[in-house]
Amino acid sequence: MEHALDVTLTVNGTEARRRIAPRMHLIDFLREELGLTGSHVACEHGVCGACTVRVDGEIRRGCLTLAVQCDGRKVDTVEGLSDSGELRELQQAFHERNALQCGYCTPGMLLTALELVARRPQARREEIREYLSGNLCRCTGYQAIVDAIEQVLEARRA
Amino acid sequence: MRRPGAASGIIGREEEGRLKPSPFAYARAKSLAEALELAARPGAKVLAGGQSLVASLNLRLASPELLVDITGLKDLARIEVLKDKVRVGALVTHARIEHSPEVAKHLPLLAQAAPHIAHAAIRNAGTLGGSLAFADPAAEWPACCLALDASLVLVSPQGERRVPAEDFFKDLYTTALAPGEIVAAAEFPLPSSTARSAFAELVRRRGDYAIVGLAAHRNGAGLKLAFFGVGAVPVLAKHAAAAPDAEKAAAALDKDLDPPADLYHGAATKLHLAKVLLKRAWNTLSTSR
Amino acid sequence: MNDRTTLELLEKPEAPAKPRVDTGYVGQSVPRAGAKRLLQGRGCYVDDLRFPRLAHAAFFRSPYAHARIKRLDLKQALRSPGVIAVFDGRAIAEYCSPWTGVLAHLKGIKSPPQHAVAIERACWQGEAVAAVVAETRAQAEDAVAKVEAEWEELPVVTDMEEALAGRAVIHPELGDNVCFSRSHETPGFAEVFARADLVVEETYGMGRHTGVTLEARSILADYNAAEHSLTVYQATQAPHMMQDIFSRHLDIPEANVRVICRDVGGSYGIKVHVYPDEMATAALSVMLRRPVKFVADRLESFLTDIHAREHRARVRLACTRDGRILGFELDDLTAIGPYSVYPRTSGIEGNQVVNLTGGPYAHQAYRAKLNVVFTNKNVTCQYRAVGHPIAVALTEGIVDLAAAKLGLDPAEFRRRNLIPDDAYPYTFPSGIKFEKLSHHACLDKLLALMQYAKLRQEQQELRAKGVHRGIGLAAMIEVTNPSPAFYGVGGARISAQDGATVRLEPSGMVTCLASVTEQGQGAEAVFQQVCADAVGVSIDKVRVITGDTGTTPYGGGTWASRGAGIGGEAVLQAGKALRSNILDLAAAVLGADKATLEVRADAVCDKASGEARLPLAEVGRIGYFRPDTLPLKFQSELAVTRHYTPREYAFTFTNGIQASLVEVDTDTGFVKLLKHWCVEDCGTVINPMLVDEQIRGGVVQGLGAALLEECLYSAEGQLLNGSLADYLVPMTGDTPDIVVAHVATPTAQSELGAKGVGEAGTAGAPGAVMNAINDALAPFGARVTVQPFTPERILRALGKVR
Repeated sequence: MEHALDVTLTVNGTEARRRIAPRMHLIDFLREELGLTGSHVACEHGVCGACTVRVDGEIRRGCLTLAVQCDGRKVDTVEGLSDSGELRELQQAFHERNALQCGYCTPGMLLTALELVARRPQARREEIREYLSGNLCRCTGYQAIVDAIEQVLEARRA
Repeated sequence: MRRPGAASGIIGREEEGRLKPSPFAYARAKSLAEALELAARPGAKVLAGGQSLVASLNLRLASPELLVDITGLKDLARIEVLKDKVRVGALVTHARIEHSPEVAKHLPLLAQAAPHIAHAAIRNAGTLGGSLAFADPAAEWPACCLALDASLVLVSPQGERRVPAEDFFKDLYTTALAPGEIVAAAEFPLPSSTARSAFAELVRRRGDYAIVGLAAHRNGAGLKLAFFGVGAVPVLAKHAAAAPDAEKAAAALDKDLDPPADLYHGAATKLHLAKVLLKRAWNTLSTSR
Repeated sequence: MNDRTTLELLEKPEAPAKPRVDTGYVGQSVPRAGAKRLLQGRGCYVDDLRFPRLAHAAFFRSPYAHARIKRLDLKQALRSPGVIAVFDGRAIAEYCSPWTGVLAHLKGIKSPPQHAVAIERACWQGEAVAAVVAETRAQAEDAVAKVEAEWEELPVVTDMEEALAGRAVIHPELGDNVCFSRSHETPGFAEVFARADLVVEETYGMGRHTGVTLEARSILADYNAAEHSLTVYQATQAPHMMQDIFSRHLDIPEANVRVICRDVGGSYGIKVHVYPDEMATAALSVMLRRPVKFVADRLESFLTDIHAREHRARVRLACTRDGRILGFELDDLTAIGPYSVYPRTSGIEGNQVVNLTGGPYAHQAYRAKLNVVFTNKNVTCQYRAVGHPIAVALTEGIVDLAAAKLGLDPAEFRRRNLIPDDAYPYTFPSGIKFEKLSHHACLDKLLALMQYAKLRQEQQELRAKGVHRGIGLAAMIEVTNPSPAFYGVGGARISAQDGATVRLEPSGMVTCLASVTEQGQGAEAVFQQVCADAVGVSIDKVRVITGDTGTTPYGGGTWASRGAGIGGEAVLQAGKALRSNILDLAAAVLGADKATLEVRADAVCDKASGEARLPLAEVGRIGYFRPDTLPLKFQSELAVTRHYTPREYAFTFTNGIQASLVEVDTDTGFVKLLKHWCVEDCGTVINPMLVDEQIRGGVVQGLGAALLEECLYSAEGQLLNGSLADYLVPMTGDTPDIVVAHVATPTAQSELGAKGVGEAGTAGAPGAVMNAINDALAPFGARVTVQPFTPERILRALGKVR
């Protein structure tokens, strides 16, 4: 049978211990092992950003990260960041601006936007577009998303 | 990630779309010695950031038996400014290079190139060493290493050796790495105070693989023009670098480059675009500060 | 970034105004209640569902574009760890009957029957030839790799001209490779063209491309052997249609089939069709008597999600020397896959191109010829805006060419020819009828919004400096709210009517069940607004339920921009009827005259004074728990169902006009999209914020088609770019801000007056971009006519590259 390894990850503040095959990506681990289906699978080759989660404070593609590589690390997903309130400003702005339609790209967008807002507090529209350029949305025209993030940045700068 | 269809240009001819990797074993190395021992095993592949490797595993373009995770080797993750060179460890991420004050000060070409690499989430994880070992023909770091006259530090159970960048990139996804050898660092000679650099790449969408790219560095009398996306490996355009002006340099590219067509651009288009990039970069490289 | 004009600084988007309750919710930008769960990652897409004994399907797919299956050996696959079953096409055919994608109203259309899993022969690269079911998806994929097959390669037809010539016929029993052809000619056509002052001609090409839904096609089928019943959780736009199809093809009584749509991650028409692997998945559940899930991975999506829009069309326009259009001629050739897709057929897209060419312009003469041919590439069918992007691009392209030949400004040429705003109702040369359009009002608004004259001046000044900007216009008409004329008349069991049940709950809340479905565009939000206004409650009291054949009324679902116009009207009528029933009960309770009462702000109020007299929670309590206190013969009906079908017009046309501002780097051939505008008339706008971002999303899909997207096949029928790294979809860094404005001409066919709008953006964007690029290239005498407009095509047009 397949090799299996014991891993312990801290996901959304809670320790999760599992025995898994090394070939399982982090996104499948979160979805299948922990039932955290908020982060989504859409391409599995690192292009679309729907699987974007936070590992040790930095955004990563969940499909390009093996779960075993995250042994001993902290992982935050959209569910945890919603409950902790860290995403509240962005979620509110996204809601007001209708910066989502089908919602499939949204968790990835929010995680990326969260990092942008933290790392580039002076960002304007052009830089917002640049930072979000790895997150594919097929429903919106991206504009409402840029508007929402701009709104959060401007409110913070005020 | 690295382009799945690039090599053959064809997805699905042999493998009709499988996006879960085939099974493999995994070990996280706790020391360089352990890493080397594991990497020497048959069917072993070294795993750093995984942004290229995991993608190719997902697409079943690679089916290793064992992945050796070296990300725990903190000694390989340092940026060191030494007397006459800057040593960037193999595990330094693209994001760290992008934001490093030392790099910005001493190796501005790398700072100029970094934002072009894919997207933020990829840059957070992808590493210099991983990119160099993978040697994608459209990648930025291999060309930067050529332009900056870098040496790659390779380690094996037999010890350490240095290979100039010009000798490292051999063929498509093929480097001078011997089986079981690991990239430990890239060493960049400290440029003179009058050095100038230019970086440009042409992409249809921000963050894409370059259609054609140029990493250029003028250091004293020497000018290095490293083109990427123009063949199996990055190419130093030596005839063009010896030309007296932009027009003649562009014309000289006919002798330096013979780019194959890609999915969207014929060979003639690629060559034409390389010339345009060169002409645009020429002024930056010659104007004095 | 390029020079910012003052225009760009002025156009900074503003936050939408907060909704005002006193004037009602319809017309206001109310944020969607349904978005909250999606914002927290707490939605539920098919792949999120967990079931006991859930098994996973994967498919062994043909690596060849056309080959006979000589031998299929499933033994090794069957032994693979975790595998439950492996089946070939014959085994599945015993449970799932084949289908044929033809409809009676497309005269002469032909296609061979198609099976859920191919038997004997694969006709496109990626066609499923065996099915594997395992405990996990990864194990299923491992097993697929162990299927052994021997093939006999057959001649591959990939070129559309070759297909038409028919030297190699894909389906010999059909005689040729023509799926469908159509001709149309108005009387006296030849003479009009012979006598015209000017006839211009150009041939346009559009590359095949595809929808790329972020959530891939997903289905989870759960068969209950004890009841011979099937519940299917599917990311589909048309659950009732699928209920009928599962019932007929799996031989399960219709009432025993239930199709449920939870959250759907994007559709754009891709998820309204019948896919063999999805049918196979349902069959597998029946065969194995346990739930089976199939989610296409991204590579499979590129190989098997319907493609669309592969056309080569020669167009001619005849006009007078003072710029009046006399007529159009069209010769359109389009390549589909080896089967016409079921049940809507792959002939509709080409048919629409014939119907819509020349759409916005007054003219009498029209001749069209259409050939739809089979090839050994992936199947094609309706994708957002269907034939419109093609019809608009070639109409607007040839119009610009004529304007240029006459030395007329493109806006002025259009002004002379757009159907006047007072000319309605109007019958078009292709036979379609317009109720009322507003081309001129939209043109005026667009030119003012974009400051057209100023942009032209700026263009001149920049040209002198070697900066090449272009302005492109694209007027359009768009099919929305279709009647049964689209499919029903051809024999398809596709419903063009929809229903809504509106029910007062005991607590005073209102539940609205609607047959139109939600994939993120905001159908539920719009119904919530309409329902709240219709009944007289605040919006947070309304819950909308869609996507369940077991509970909602019967209807058509979402396609052809019909959700708001048709579904919304059903909700409106049901809501009004419920309001009336509430007032009946209240009148009985209060002993008052019904005519003096109204429902407002969650209570029955006195109409004259506004005083609240009976909270709806009381109406609910009495109606459901204390009917003994009501008059003896009085029966309260606190749930009402109404249906709506558009009848007067076969299609409710909308109109709009788009503009694109580009800058072409004439050294590299790269196009920078600086800005985009869309003035759209979709009648009553129920939620401006939702409508506008729908339009923008549609525009971006059109921009992708114009500049980036193409499914590339080799001559051997191999898909060359079937991944998101190689197939280029627009991202944030590649799209401009898009300014949207409206003119409103409500339809008189319904009380709500809403037309459709979901596809408008996609219809006009490629044409606008093409015209903008050609406008930029005009000083060089260069033109591009084949989409996508890649740097290489532009460099070739400029003569910079051979």
